[in-house]
Amino acid sequence: MSNATPLLDVSGLTKHFPIKGGFPIPRTVGAVRAVDGLDFQVGEGESLGLVGESGCGKSTTGRLITRLLEPTGGKVAYRGQDITHAGRKQLAPIRSEIQMIFQDPYASLNPRQTVGKIISGPMEINGINPAGGREKRVRELLEIVGLNPEHYNRFPHEFSGGQRQRIGVARALSLEPKLIVADEPVSALDVSIQAQVVNLLQKVQQDLGIAFVFIAHDLAVVRHFSQRVAVMYLGKIMEIADRDDLYGNPRHPYTRALLSAVPEATVDDTPRERIRLVGDVPSPINPPSGCRFRTRCWKATEKCATEVPPLVQVEGNRPGHLTACHYPETPETVPGPRLAKNPEAAA
Amino acid sequence: MLRFLVRRVFGAMVILLIISAVTFWLFYAVPRDPAMMSCGKNCTPENLEQIRKNLGIDESIIMQYWHWLAGIFTGRDYGGYGYCDAPCLGYSFANNEPVFGTIMNRMPLTLSLAFGSAAFFLVIGVGAGMLAALKQGKFLDKFASSVSLLGSSLQIYFVGYIAMFFLVSQLGIFSQPSYTPLTENPAAWVSGLLLPWLVLSIIFTANYTRMTRSQMVEQLSEDYVRTARAKGLSRANVFFRFAWRGAMGPIVTLFGIDLGTLIGGAIITESVFSLQGVGRLAVQAVDQSDLPMQLGVTVLAAGAIVFFNIVVDAVYALIDPRIRLA
Amino acid sequence: MTSTDQQPFLSVKDLRVHFSTEDGIVKAVDGLSFDLAKGRTLGIVGESGSGKSVTNLTILGLHDRRSTAIEGEIVLDGKDLLTASERELERLRGNKMSMIFQDALASLSPYHTVGRQIGETYRKHTGASKKEARDRAVEMLRRVGIPQPDVRVDDYPHQFSGGMRQRAMIAMALVCDPELLIADEPTTALDVTVQAQIMDLLKDLQQEFGTAIIFITHDLGVIADIADDVLVMYGGRCVERGTKEEVLRDPQHPYTLGLMSSMPSLDGPVDVPLSPIPGSPPSLLNPPSGCRFHPRCAFAEQVPGGRCATERPLLEVVDGRGSACHLTPAQRRELFADYAGTRHN
Repeated sequence: MSNATPLLDVSGLTKHFPIKGGFPIPRTVGAVRAVDGLDFQVGEGESLGLVGESGCGKSTTGRLITRLLEPTGGKVAYRGQDITHAGRKQLAPIRSEIQMIFQDPYASLNPRQTVGKIISGPMEINGINPAGGREKRVRELLEIVGLNPEHYNRFPHEFSGGQRQRIGVARALSLEPKLIVADEPVSALDVSIQAQVVNLLQKVQQDLGIAFVFIAHDLAVVRHFSQRVAVMYLGKIMEIADRDDLYGNPRHPYTRALLSAVPEATVDDTPRERIRLVGDVPSPINPPSGCRFRTRCWKATEKCATEVPPLVQVEGNRPGHLTACHYPETPETVPGPRLAKNPEAAA
Repeated sequence: MLRFLVRRVFGAMVILLIISAVTFWLFYAVPRDPAMMSCGKNCTPENLEQIRKNLGIDESIIMQYWHWLAGIFTGRDYGGYGYCDAPCLGYSFANNEPVFGTIMNRMPLTLSLAFGSAAFFLVIGVGAGMLAALKQGKFLDKFASSVSLLGSSLQIYFVGYIAMFFLVSQLGIFSQPSYTPLTENPAAWVSGLLLPWLVLSIIFTANYTRMTRSQMVEQLSEDYVRTARAKGLSRANVFFRFAWRGAMGPIVTLFGIDLGTLIGGAIITESVFSLQGVGRLAVQAVDQSDLPMQLGVTVLAAGAIVFFNIVVDAVYALIDPRIRLA
Repeated sequence: MTSTDQQPFLSVKDLRVHFSTEDGIVKAVDGLSFDLAKGRTLGIVGESGSGKSVTNLTILGLHDRRSTAIEGEIVLDGKDLLTASERELERLRGNKMSMIFQDALASLSPYHTVGRQIGETYRKHTGASKKEARDRAVEMLRRVGIPQPDVRVDDYPHQFSGGMRQRAMIAMALVCDPELLIADEPTTALDVTVQAQIMDLLKDLQQEFGTAIIFITHDLGVIADIADDVLVMYGGRCVERGTKEEVLRDPQHPYTLGLMSSMPSLDGPVDVPLSPIPGSPPSLLNPPSGCRFHPRCAFAEQVPGGRCATERPLLEVVDGRGSACHLTPAQRRELFADYAGTRHN
């Protein structure tokens, strides 16, 4: 990943939403620091998972990459080209290469348009005329996402939630993107349908070589889908690593706590590690000084309040595994499938 | 709350300033010379000049507006016409009276009309809406909905004259509408205004019925209403203390707007029932090209609307603790 | 599930709940039976439209009476709830049985302080004074782990964080020491770290009060953490039940098996696709004939004579364990093992 120019290179990315107030002259009295200095790369065809709890800034990050939001600071480069503040014209060719899939399959499709119209919309806007015509292409796309091409003239309300999300995927694919930002694409769906959509996205990623930024709060789904995973907390990346390193050898206390809190549908005789964080996530308006996680961390010291821990490869991490913590957890000697769990029971 | 009030009153002043300035400019930009009208038939250029000076309309429009504004706080002397006490909203040459005093004379009637009918349409409208929500889908609901649809499609100049014709002239159930101050004779106050109140409320009631019904139906399906029932609270308790509390907001807003409008003068109602309120005054001022009076009524009507807007917002915050005033 | 010599604490027998809508009759619950003993937690699993929430609103009598037809029997501690008067139900709700909901922000009144909402339940059922009710509210808030309860008691729900709101809701539900608590997806809207806190809290409170809990969720992971017994619902019917260990270790219904293999885990293989259940949950307006799962079932053809499409499989329960499927136990052993095997290929 480090050898060539990455597909997407994000550095120091920041988004502060100003809070207006003041009297008699309105002014900015504060800011919601939704995203506060992110660095990460996404390679060609790679899938990066962004996980974290509500308010960690993962959705905002998705919107910044796709430039649905204007970054406050930092840099977003696509194929080496700086698009942080690119205007409409400059963005036009790139917009077709970066597509987005949204969470709510009910709200993100125009109820008055047919499926054919919805999926061909991006092609029309970008003036793309595929060989054989747009309708043929739409039918192909419907087939790719597992819908009946004959349903070209139906309206979104005639489809179930899972099928609507497939329509959303088809729309995103219509411009043959190189990067798809998927914001909680399966969290509104029933469990049995979630798996269908995850499989579809995985197939699309592998067959078409599309890179993904996969935003979700479900750690198991992210693990299944992403080759690299970044854990966010209050607008910052706490830890980023290859999947196996992150899940098998989490070094940040927050990652560890997060993993231990996921309820798993297994009844084991060996109890899992159990870390219970106290309290809730603090407000991003007034995030804690130093390390943002320190108010809920059982290891926090004076140093954590004063010094922001850098996101670095701490001792015991493999290359590419970065952790932002002054007191990282002891590395797992055997990079096992799960922490403090009998590997036998997992099989 | 104090901060909110200071802020809103300040904002209201700015709005009134803009409204008055625009109105002032519009009226005085009209090619009509009030001095000429006041001067009469045997007008000499000297006379005209003197009158202009007395009226203060020999100056530039900006200076005129400034004098008008200053007059609100200090009062103003109109040469041979007399002195206008603060708050002076100008001097009506058609009536030979200060504008503010004239409006204030008419105000009790307009206020009586507004608040009287408001009491009717609020009680009847909200009551009917609640009943309809309670009996959702039943006969009573459909009846109330149909009646309110009919009511909202009526117009005062239609209902008003019909009522006058049948109830006053033909059947004599009501006496000719008239105004007796409440302080003088409460019974006469009521009997004189009862018909206008009823007619005026027919038009408004329908809105309140429909608004209350839809708000209540919506609130009754809210999760917190279900929770209240799950706690063992009775239907009536949940209906009034939970659902109604939630339904009140939009109704208060509507009420504030209606009340503000009514105080600016119920022009048609006053005309239909020959009542001498602010609305009639406005009509007369237009007829007589009485620019200072028109300006005065406009500013006062705007003031009433702005005032009730502030009241509505304050009440809203009392109803719903989620709204923070600042 | 319960000792045989006495009446179970809660007993639901052949419950049918049908709504009439403009489009026709929705058979939300279609012949559901289960028992629950004091101090036990029954987890009800199902996807949207499985009838799991409706069942529980019906137990409290909170369904819309005008459009709902109910048959069957719900007996709580010897009292038939379906024939009870509204008055009697009001005395039981919030007192002997109470409920917590998924969306705590929407489910708490935005117009009243948290303390008032908790206290009012207490006053209604005990006749306590305002002062006593307030003290009780503070005590309950302390018990569910809200810091500075004597201050926070006067806050409004919107001033609480998501986790604290759910705690306040639990405090409100438990203020009269109910014997039955119904929790309808109480952690679904919460972050995982907060979800873990809330589930610990419920377990602690159950230990303390011996409450019987019905915990409704779509998440088998949550079930594994909190339930003693499990009931899997599909299309308004129970398809499988048993203890948590029995159901999760050795699912006996293709739907349960399908649910389990659809879920990615934190340690399963990642390079193979998940095994989703094809299709979508059934419409309850026009539910499939026979076994409601048969159109999505991978094994429907293994049953001779097409019985899955024509004949409703009966739920035969022995010692609290049973499933409603036409497959023979031997077929299941063989087919399910193969199916689970495909995950790892």
